Amino acid sequence: MEKLILRRVDRQNEEMILNFGPQHPSTHGVINFLVETDGEVLKRATPDVGYLHRSIEKIGELVGYPGFMPYTDRVDYVAAMFANEGYAIAVERLLKIEVPQRAQWLRAISCELCRIASHLVSVGTMVMDIGAFTPMLHGIRERETINDLLEALCGARLTYNYHRIGGVAFDLPEGWRDKVLHFLDHFDKFLAEFDRLISFNEIYVKRLANVAVIPGPMAINYGLVGPNLRGSGVDWDVRRDLPYGAYPNFKFDVPVGKGFFGTAGDSFDRYYVRCLEMAESSKIVRQALDSLPEGEITAKVPRNIKPEAGEALGRVESARGELAYYVISDGTNKAYRVRARTGSFTAMCIIEDISRGLMVADLVALISSLDVVAPEIDR
Amino acid sequence: MAARMDPGIGGEVTLLHTSQLDNLINLARASSLYYLTFGLACCGIELMQTGGPRADLMRFGAIPRASPRQADFMIVAGTLTYKMAERARLLYDQMPEPKYVISMGSCSNCGGLFQLGYSVCKGVDKVIPVDVYVPGCPPRPEALTEGLLRLQEIVRSEPWSTKRRPAAQAEGA
Amino acid sequence: MTTHEIHERLKARFGDDVGPLSEPKIDAFCVVKAERIVEVSRFLAAEPGLELDFLEDLTAVDWPKRNVIEVVYHLLSYRHRHSIVLKVEADRAAPVVPTVEGVWKTANWFEREVYDLFGVTFTGHPDLRRLMLPDDWVGHPLRKDYQEAGGWHGISNVRENPLVELKRLDDQRRAEAAAKAAPPAAPDAAAAAPKA
Repeated sequence: MEKLILRRVDRQNEEMILNFGPQHPSTHGVINFLVETDGEVLKRATPDVGYLHRSIEKIGELVGYPGFMPYTDRVDYVAAMFANEGYAIAVERLLKIEVPQRAQWLRAISCELCRIASHLVSVGTMVMDIGAFTPMLHGIRERETINDLLEALCGARLTYNYHRIGGVAFDLPEGWRDKVLHFLDHFDKFLAEFDRLISFNEIYVKRLANVAVIPGPMAINYGLVGPNLRGSGVDWDVRRDLPYGAYPNFKFDVPVGKGFFGTAGDSFDRYYVRCLEMAESSKIVRQALDSLPEGEITAKVPRNIKPEAGEALGRVESARGELAYYVISDGTNKAYRVRARTGSFTAMCIIEDISRGLMVADLVALISSLDVVAPEIDR
Repeated sequence: MAARMDPGIGGEVTLLHTSQLDNLINLARASSLYYLTFGLACCGIELMQTGGPRADLMRFGAIPRASPRQADFMIVAGTLTYKMAERARLLYDQMPEPKYVISMGSCSNCGGLFQLGYSVCKGVDKVIPVDVYVPGCPPRPEALTEGLLRLQEIVRSEPWSTKRRPAAQAEGA
Repeated sequence: MTTHEIHERLKARFGDDVGPLSEPKIDAFCVVKAERIVEVSRFLAAEPGLELDFLEDLTAVDWPKRNVIEVVYHLLSYRHRHSIVLKVEADRAAPVVPTVEGVWKTANWFEREVYDLFGVTFTGHPDLRRLMLPDDWVGHPLRKDYQEAGGWHGISNVRENPLVELKRLDDQRRAEAAAKAAPPAAPDAAAAAPKA
């Protein structure tokens, strides 16, 4: 219990150790930071995770292959589609089955909508952590519309369980396409409005530019992925560089941080890369809806899934970067080992080294700019 | 008639003359319940959206507070692990009386989907007493709003000054 | 470069310390001797033409039948877009593997996680503590023979069947209703009825 007590280390200076979390509005879920400060300046912030360790990997060995799909939703609840897709791809590789074209397109559409929804929460809460409340409500408002669209598609607002091994669960409902296009027309305008409202706000930029800079080589060495990696100027996107599903058929840019208002790899870059990615996702959804092929939505998958012994890795580009499932089969109807490699986990391990010498308020900017969610760290 | 017995006066004296005042105070209490945001997992996102512009929990007088010392009730939203259970009890103990707990979602009701897990506490009521259980995985914002209305009923119907509960009343505590 | 070519270069450099590439059951892997893993990692990360600079994943698999714990390294190169899977086998009774934290910093947390959930000790690791579970947790849960301790710090891990509880409440309600319906003269019912 010693950890819970705020204490002064030394009477001579202002050094103290205090707990930041696990119940704190700016930690994005239940994460604890043991913060050693000297006045306002951080000496070190040590993350203490595991408060949401839900033994998902063990459960993956206890339930059958299709039965694990709802659990993957809970690996990353802010962007559940990607966790679905990653697991589905890994098991499909084990089974050596080909997913029908229409299903691949539907996967891309649902995933990109989900990416927008996830980034809206990310940028919204980031703005809130910095101190402005209203833009978060803007983000939540748009997210509600996407939730409605995805609910019409698969019946759930948050934990979709939409992707299945070999395809997707449902086809598009009637009139859904027009609703999505209508939303995207509105959303593109909203992005410009959001930029005017907050992104280029001088106070906001000053709080983020040149704060907590992560150079590119360091980001690679620490295994950062996704927007955090691209914010550091590394041009890498699994959708483009190791393509899967329907993505080779779409044209989109990969936004890279280049120091929009400061150094490449600062907190603002990581934030703004997400804003730019939302516009790209909107482009992908339009293209996918225009070129949606006809046909089946699931491949022929045996009722009792028993892949032959072997192991496979299925990776997707999630909203938090590369999400990879490593599945080992021993020939029975339950996986021998399921492992989820998530972006937030590695993003957390960089905090201890980057936080040295930051101000206390900048720690919040660092955490929220890395966009960590607790279940992805702990699983 | 919200008449009540007061054991402190001795004997069965009915304090009728304060009942109208009690009603008024309870009405005020029920209409301004501040909640401690205790978003643990998936339900935390739905809790956030419930506070958002569409469901708008604030119109029922429920305002999120980050500190347990300013909160009237606690919404436990999500899976409670053993590692977190101690902190949950600590936060509950820090809240001022009278205090209430809403358990939101299957995980905090009974462990839900994660009952198979080795590190998951099978229900928050093993650690702290719960007043309202909201089912769902995760519950929709409408369901949580319903849960809040149920809690308001509870608050309205009980005497405010004698509402005291020992900290470690829950099973296993 | 294909996995085969990377493996051939590894073979040429390290000889028999690098095992053969497994049959291509979807993802191939090769087994490396535990004491050479740091050298192999350094070689793969820095050698021009290979430059596997991204440690994509580090995890472990428990095989009680073969009495080994495998530590699995997934490597990927951003520049060349090729990848390879390495495995290191350690004895199940006392698994010890040298750390690769000096090569890829991200291995720090991955190894802590494996230490926590599998009990593999990484020699040379700067900060080998439990990551996910509380410090006083007993056992390593992702091992196949892990037995749950039955609760933690006095919190029981048993939840009674909700149907039993519902039936109890139902019976109670029925008894109350019966007590109310019964004439007030009956002494039993009057005693059972709540005073308020």
